[in-house]
Amino acid sequence: MTKPMGSHRTANGGRIDRSRPLSFMFDGVTYGGFAGDTLASALLANGVHLVGRSFKYHRPRGVLTAGADEPNALVQLERGARTEPNLRATQVELYQGLVATSVNAWPSLTHDLGAVNQLLSRFFVAGFYYKTFMRPKVLWDRVYEPFLRRMAGLGRAPELPDPDIYDKMHVHCDVLVVGAGPAGLAAALAAGRTGARVILMDEQAEAGGSLLSSAESLDGKPAPDWVADALAELASLPAVRVLQRTSVFGYYDQNFLCAVERRTDHLGPGARPGLSRQRLWHVRAARVVLATGAHERPLVFADNDRPGVMQASAVATYVRRFGVRLGSRAVIFTTNDSAYDAVDALLAAGIGIAAVVDSRPDPGPRAEAARAAGVVVHAGCVVAATHGTRRITGVEVRGCEGGVLAPAGLRLSCDLLAISGGWSPAVHLFSQSQGRVRWDEAKLCFVPGEAAQAQTSAGACNGTFGLGAVLAEGLAAGASAAHLAGFGDGAVPATPAVAEVAAAPGDALWLVPGLKPLGRAGKHFVDFQNDVTAFDIRLAAREGFESVEHVKRYTTNGMATDQGKTSNVNGLAILADTLGRAIPEVGTTTFRAPYTPVTFGVMAGRDLGEMLDPVRTTPIHAWHVARGALFEDVGQWKRPWYFPLAGEDMHAAVRREAKAVRDGLGVLDASTLGKIEIRGRDAGVFLDRIYTNLFSKLGIGRCRYGLMCKEDGMVFDDGVTARLGPDHYYMTTTTGGAARVLDWLEDYLQTEWPDLEVYCTSVTEQWSTIAVSGPRARDLLADLAPGMAVDPESFPFLSMREGMVAGLAARVFRISFTGELSYEINVPSHLGLAMWQAVMAAGARHGITPYGTETMHLLRAEKGFIIIGQETDGTVTPLDLGMDWIVSKQKDFVGKRSLTRSDTARADRKRLVGLLPEDEGEVLPEGAQLVEMAGGTPPVPMLGHVTSSYWSPNLGRSFALALIKGGPERLGQIVFAPLAGGRTVKARIVEPVFLDREGSRQNG
Amino acid sequence: MLLISCPHCGPCDETEFHCGGEAHVARPHDPAALDDAAWGAFIFMRNNPKGQFNERWVHAAGCRRWFNMVRDTVTHRILAVYPMGSRPPAGLGHLGAAVVEDAQ
Ligand SMILES: [Zn+2]
Repeated sequence: MTKPMGSHRTANGGRIDRSRPLSFMFDGVTYGGFAGDTLASALLANGVHLVGRSFKYHRPRGVLTAGADEPNALVQLERGARTEPNLRATQVELYQGLVATSVNAWPSLTHDLGAVNQLLSRFFVAGFYYKTFMRPKVLWDRVYEPFLRRMAGLGRAPELPDPDIYDKMHVHCDVLVVGAGPAGLAAALAAGRTGARVILMDEQAEAGGSLLSSAESLDGKPAPDWVADALAELASLPAVRVLQRTSVFGYYDQNFLCAVERRTDHLGPGARPGLSRQRLWHVRAARVVLATGAHERPLVFADNDRPGVMQASAVATYVRRFGVRLGSRAVIFTTNDSAYDAVDALLAAGIGIAAVVDSRPDPGPRAEAARAAGVVVHAGCVVAATHGTRRITGVEVRGCEGGVLAPAGLRLSCDLLAISGGWSPAVHLFSQSQGRVRWDEAKLCFVPGEAAQAQTSAGACNGTFGLGAVLAEGLAAGASAAHLAGFGDGAVPATPAVAEVAAAPGDALWLVPGLKPLGRAGKHFVDFQNDVTAFDIRLAAREGFESVEHVKRYTTNGMATDQGKTSNVNGLAILADTLGRAIPEVGTTTFRAPYTPVTFGVMAGRDLGEMLDPVRTTPIHAWHVARGALFEDVGQWKRPWYFPLAGEDMHAAVRREAKAVRDGLGVLDASTLGKIEIRGRDAGVFLDRIYTNLFSKLGIGRCRYGLMCKEDGMVFDDGVTARLGPDHYYMTTTTGGAARVLDWLEDYLQTEWPDLEVYCTSVTEQWSTIAVSGPRARDLLADLAPGMAVDPESFPFLSMREGMVAGLAARVFRISFTGELSYEINVPSHLGLAMWQAVMAAGARHGITPYGTETMHLLRAEKGFIIIGQETDGTVTPLDLGMDWIVSKQKDFVGKRSLTRSDTARADRKRLVGLLPEDEGEVLPEGAQLVEMAGGTPPVPMLGHVTSSYWSPNLGRSFALALIKGGPERLGQIVFAPLAGGRTVKARIVEPVFLDREGSRQNG
Repeated sequence: MLLISCPHCGPCDETEFHCGGEAHVARPHDPAALDDAAWGAFIFMRNNPKGQFNERWVHAAGCRRWFNMVRDTVTHRILAVYPMGSRPPAGLGHLGAAVVEDAQ
């Protein structure tokens, strides 16, 4: 279906490029527009006013605004991977081939099943979530929630990966100006001329803000020409950066602001391959000038939501800036002067005006000027009702005095109703910056109070209206911001000459009476996006809600994606009136980031896939890959998990690797172990305080296993530390714990014991560690290091030697994590691969077998060696692990005092034991809970849980480690592990060492 | 995001730092001399004031050095940065009921 292009255009004018026609599709119909249109302006230029259905009642809705405050015209843009929900048609720039659908209409915009909700509307009053859908609970999953989700619409998230790229910028500046309307341009000019680094960010496609649709002159120039000159001057200043299509959405601590720049959205999807679609700006500014303008408030009258009802300022914008003939016969309903700009715009475009309905009995000079131009002005009158369904067809005008309607009035037919209830300064960013707003009774709006950060508000967002005053305030703010940042002398440039417009004060009309009592006929909408009415707010107050934050949540007023830009103040005023209080006594709500919705894509930026987190590999990694290893992630490290041969699954590979280590020779890449050099006069004393056991008496060239606790007595990390010299130790930590152990050592050295002379240096990546393990390990080392005495007397267990291994200078530690005869050969990282290859070559005649972390875990469990994070979880003490032998009775150490706290010394703490399942083939799941009896009535008392569990080829059966209450006292007892699916596994409690209890294999 | 003036590196983004909790909670010199309640208070009990708070911070992704800070927990304003082992500037901070004696 194709409709003719833009038949509702003015003859000429506007900032659209009539030489560049574009076609686009909305809800399946193809339309035409022009370059420079927004989707909203293009639809209006095609006479399309019905653009959506409302959230609860599915009432027909039209375009209300021309900007970020739009609550109705929400669209789903594009399809497939690039589809994006909830975009405001008023901010979507038109491009060739654009495809959009209305988000809140199912099955279609014009034939809408949900409209039946209008008939059910008594179910949708304030708090309907809490009332209607509460009972029965069983219906929630199956009926209520699917129904609500379907009916609520609000767009669909894309289901395919985002094909676009996004990036981030981190910048500093002296002055950040937010908003390029008259105040923002003036501020940027005044600040930029001083040489300060100025960034000007503006959410629209072109700078100028309200000046782009203004009929006023500045220094004798039409407003848009003045904008062009200002931009040319800014472009000539080398320290000034102007960013259009850039929405500042968050204002955080100490002048840190975030903005999203839409770089290619206006060109259409995929138009610039390789260029980031959107960019997230992180800005730290010495000074901030907020020039974010103001939002026009709708008026709250009966059925104020019909398509064709529009903010008066939006009417002026669509007519002047976009050249749209919005209708043929307009009514303007206002409480203040600003709507007369719309009158002027309509007159200039030759659009008929039925009347101006001005609530003020004495509307002042602008009304007089309109009358002089032949416009009928009904002073002291209101619109009490509207007519029409898919488009407004007429209004009922009544006199209104003291909140009471005159008994009779007149009916005016119209197809456009421009409304203005005054202006709300866009204080969102000011509020986010922790600034408090205050109510200005003269201006009838919240204005910024004292700034909480190095920030100034200028122009309409500061409650300053009238072009001359706005420009002057912008210039002063810019000059002052630059001066405070160290640039210029603070002198304020002269304000451009603008014509003075005589003004009259506005009227405080928060709720326009209807022809029947509130709630009886027609709906007085306050929040258009969430379908909240004045009746809902009254009801909430009657039901006892008084806090504005509670009323907001109960009624959902201001809780939609527009964050109540058009509804907050009206809702607050109606609440205040209902409660019989003044507006400042009721308060205001806090605004939170983001100002407008932000895509997840731009938040993620490049932090996706392999860029999400660094990947750490050892110098031997390529060998493992070539050998066909599968890898396990340990922190950021990739560790070989197992090395399958052809046809092997993990169990087969682990069985083979584990047998090889116990019967012959295995080799493990242990390079990922954390390694910390500890040096200095007091290194030994320091380690004595850090480890549960003693290190200051350790002989040079000797190694010792140590446990560390936090002050609460819980095991924190473990590892072997060697003494290399009188003031020199070499600590190893767990792979995952290296960084936090180093941080923790530094914390104690710097903050508790600064008198100790100790230096800690991470050398994890400086050394490659190759562990050779098994009965043939000594033979291998003898082959590789002919100059090193390797007999047990010369090179005993828990000692280290330096010497040449395979012709390379190496440190060899005789320590064991498998319980076998083991040596850990350390060489500088760049020699790691060469050493590994030499070990493999020399090991060939011993049948050397590379093994991975799975086999390592199995082998150490056979010996009952713990793994931090597996047998421990931050609630386990050394005594719980049965490691009393490593806990010094003499000296103090971190956490020692906690080991005798009443809770830590409890007899029924969970303690480490071994488990042998009755069925030798049954491998208990790790984490399985253990109970005393099979069956029993829940809740069954828990005895403990399985921490490690394997099938061992060396034992020929399954086994496990477990933490069990009073475990060592229960040796020989039977426990049960109830598993998912109702099966229960029986196991016997045993000592947690399953092999070579006397240690002859590793010590020999 | 806070802008924190490291005493050694100057102003840097908060993401470079870690907070180490309340400052001026020194490790007791003789833990064995404390009863369970006193030791428990040292390990577990911390102040959580509304307003000025003395905190420990470390420039983890910078010079890796610890320092103290007085921060307003309501406004997030940083009122002072001062070295480990020294007292906060006069009139700043809230040294509460916990152990306030410095190690040095
Ligand atoms: Zn630093």
